[in-house]
Amino acid sequence: MFLQQLVNGLTLGSIYSLIALGYTLVYGILVMINFAHSEVLMVGSFVALAVFRFAPAILPQGPVGLIVALVLSMAGAGVLNVVIERFAYRPLRHAQKLAPLISSIGVSIVLQNAVFLWVSTQSESFPELIAATQFSIGGAGVSSLQLVCMASAIGLMMGLHFFIEHTKVGKAMRACSDDLETAGLMGIDSSRIIALTFLVGGALGGAAGVLYGLNYGSIKYNLGFLPGVKAFTAAVLGGIGNIRGAVLGGFILGIMEVMAAGYIPRGSDWKDVIAFSVLIFVLLLRPSGILGEKIAEKV
Amino acid sequence: MTPVSAAKWAGLAAILVVPALLGSGNYAYLVQAGGMIGLYMILALGLNFTMGYVGLFDLGYIAFFAAGAYGAAICGAYNVPLLIELPLTVAFAVLLRLGLGVSILRLRGDYLAIVTMGFGEITRLVINNLDSITNGPKGMEVPPLQLFSWTLSGNLGYYYLIAACVALGVIGSRRLEDSRVGRAWVAIREDETAARLSGISVNEHKLLAFTISAGFAAVAGMIFAHWIQFVTPESFVFWESILIVSMIVLGGMGSIYGVLLGALILGGVPQILQVFLAGSKWIDYRYFFFGVVLVVVVLFRPEGLWPHKRRQAELHEEAA
Repeated sequence: MFLQQLVNGLTLGSIYSLIALGYTLVYGILVMINFAHSEVLMVGSFVALAVFRFAPAILPQGPVGLIVALVLSMAGAGVLNVVIERFAYRPLRHAQKLAPLISSIGVSIVLQNAVFLWVSTQSESFPELIAATQFSIGGAGVSSLQLVCMASAIGLMMGLHFFIEHTKVGKAMRACSDDLETAGLMGIDSSRIIALTFLVGGALGGAAGVLYGLNYGSIKYNLGFLPGVKAFTAAVLGGIGNIRGAVLGGFILGIMEVMAAGYIPRGSDWKDVIAFSVLIFVLLLRPSGILGEKIAEKV
Repeated sequence: MTPVSAAKWAGLAAILVVPALLGSGNYAYLVQAGGMIGLYMILALGLNFTMGYVGLFDLGYIAFFAAGAYGAAICGAYNVPLLIELPLTVAFAVLLRLGLGVSILRLRGDYLAIVTMGFGEITRLVINNLDSITNGPKGMEVPPLQLFSWTLSGNLGYYYLIAACVALGVIGSRRLEDSRVGRAWVAIREDETAARLSGISVNEHKLLAFTISAGFAAVAGMIFAHWIQFVTPESFVFWESILIVSMIVLGGMGSIYGVLLGALILGGVPQILQVFLAGSKWIDYRYFFFGVVLVVVVLFRPEGLWPHKRRQAELHEEAA
């Protein structure tokens, strides 16, 4: 039972982590909550669906199809995120702090309704890119979908880690995240790095959208909202702006949610209450999240 | 009389007289829409204390509206008279907000936002799950507002009650804004550390702003519950908190008339679109347009549509 819940929790956590990375990357550089990220995730899952509908030949069932779907969705969601940044956030870069937030709320509403109006008002079943088979590992039932979900998420996270820590562009991203202005003075084209950050964050969101669809079997125009809120919570829990924190927060939240639903009476009704209570409690003890650095206040 | 003050009086007269003329005719729905906009105005004025003046980013404000509405519903279920219900409900909402407020004094910026969001969601889920008290997702019926033997019913009556509350809220906000307390709030918003060093008791002032804003939300919630005569947890979703925050930022943070304008636009646009687009194929597009309006307005007026004079001066300092 415990092992079973742990597997379910890790699966959910891996999706939350991927989404949380998108929030935290953007926050790390621009110090803004990209509210539209949950819609980028939703659009990502619809990209995979559209490819499957219109060109099923390039999405054969199996690993190849999954990888193609992931790549296309990541490209679609990443480019969408860059476009959003260009038109809705960049003009507001020097405006008051909350202006980009409101703009992102507007973008979120627009995207959700655009899909609602022009794509589908209903739940659409998501293509079975991987045949669902059940394994038994140490008494816990694990489906192939869960394994694929975790493996893809972890693979992407490792890729991100390599990109940020070991490439020159990644170094530029870290520099911008430390201090945007100074990075600009050191010859880094900060606008391009910001666009790149949105590309990477959006791509991770798009991948999470595909994994979400794969795991739940159906997608809808408003699917992004709840995982988006949870993932943002996870990012804050881990310490917003901190990449390892986002991953840690995502897994903690996912596992906690599943455990609460499994072990507490009427747990599925109360699981969100528990998740948010833990968040509040953690932030009271550590006001800047689990791995967040304490930032000195300027006087 | 200058043209400006003449326009003001004409506007005031229109707000008071037109709804009575509309009565029960074809445009009676406008009275109801006006009442809803008025409730949003009370909420926006209330949140303006913590978010506009003190600069505390709050994504869970609707929880205190819910506390007011459910306070009214539960009091109604036990036949508690209004004169007891009002202080009881307001006190409950204020205590709830102070409890949250005390625990989050240390948090700043977006951490504060996420904790308040969590609190808002917890409140809604608790209402949803505590079937024995709140009847869960099925909702509760609420009796109309009753003072001694006099019962207030009908949209027009509630419209005037709400209009009176908005007026009181505006007067109260203006008095507070120019007071010592209001100036202390703004000082905290601009630089908390400097304010503390200048001898302002930061925590007390934050808690005071929390208290007042909870009071506004509780009163609005009570009126809402008695007017609609039915409450469900669905009325208090996260989206409503975001909407109120958007009203404040769109109108102009810390600007009383800006906040009213924000509530008028964001509260009114969906309802007006709903009526004017009824029956046409554009009806489903109303939230799409709403989102477009939100983005476009923020892009062109990032400081808000009607910013506070002081704030506008700050923002244009560099250009001058």
